[in-house]
Amino acid sequence: MRVYVKFDFNKTCKTVLGEQLDTLGIKYVLHGAGEVEFERPPTQAEMLKLERTLDRYGIEVMDDQQVALVQRIKDAITEWVQDDENPKKYNFSTYLSEKLAYSYTYLSSLFSETTYSSIENFIILKKIDCVKSLIIDSDYTLTEIAHKLNYSSVAHLSAQFKKTTGLTPSTFQKIIQKRKERASIQ
Amino acid sequence: MPFNTLNIALADDDPDDRLLFKEAIEEIEIKTKLSLFNNGQELMDYLTLPKVILPEIVFLDLNMPLKNGMQCLNEIRSHERLNDLLVAIYSTSSSEEDIEETFVNGANIYINKPNSFSGLKKAIEKALQLNWQYHTSSLNRDNFLLRL
Repeated sequence: MRVYVKFDFNKTCKTVLGEQLDTLGIKYVLHGAGEVEFERPPTQAEMLKLERTLDRYGIEVMDDQQVALVQRIKDAITEWVQDDENPKKYNFSTYLSEKLAYSYTYLSSLFSETTYSSIENFIILKKIDCVKSLIIDSDYTLTEIAHKLNYSSVAHLSAQFKKTTGLTPSTFQKIIQKRKERASIQ
Repeated sequence: MPFNTLNIALADDDPDDRLLFKEAIEEIEIKTKLSLFNNGQELMDYLTLPKVILPEIVFLDLNMPLKNGMQCLNEIRSHERLNDLLVAIYSTSSSEEDIEETFVNGANIYINKPNSFSGLKKAIEKALQLNWQYHTSSLNRDNFLLRL
């Protein structure tokens, strides 16, 4: 007799990974794309043990510097966008290559290869994300937000917002407002 | 590269539209696995199966027999297990009222059905790229709204 099975690969991987991580006894959180966050850094011996057990399942612990590097680029972008004290005396590419000590060309092509996006796009996305939270959670006017995030004008901010989300900032605000109202009725 | 493939579901009652969508999505760079449904009822029956593999993103046509896109959206948003799904509305309607209404009801993406294949490919690509960023980066998903 033959039995056929079907795999949900994401789930298979996550379950195997989870079970093996449990044996380690360190609290952890599994993030979306194959990323594990430990509550405390594992010792070298623990890391070695983990690598060995996972290896049996064909799971490799990437001390892959590239993945780590992409994450550091994202972190640097977040920091750069949120730091409104930063006088932005130099442009982002200089800032990034100095901070991470790689050439911008290298960082930028690495980023595009792994994220389906470019550094420039990600900066815009991050900025717009920031604008959204400020619109929702603060009393700042759009002019103040534009100034805070180093847009040359409100018009520039609005145009970029519209291009990124397809909505104007005020439509966005209206929708979120209505969602809140509806949630509070229910 | 992380091992991820995006699971995608599309509910649309027009067979031509389903076929075009399938062809378009196969041509873009992001790896996807697409499940197709003929109407909203079929989709909801599938999503509420126990142990089903939930898609990362659901594309809904608005006008469908048996159960329309708006009804699906409302059911998804009020369903505990489905609440986190990213929902993209994929419709011919370009009425501002419809669009706003879907967003207020919890849609993340609104795509006006483009009238060319390349337009369709571009729209899907943009939606998935952005979805990917929300999937892998610390962006606030509650505020994810996109109109194409």
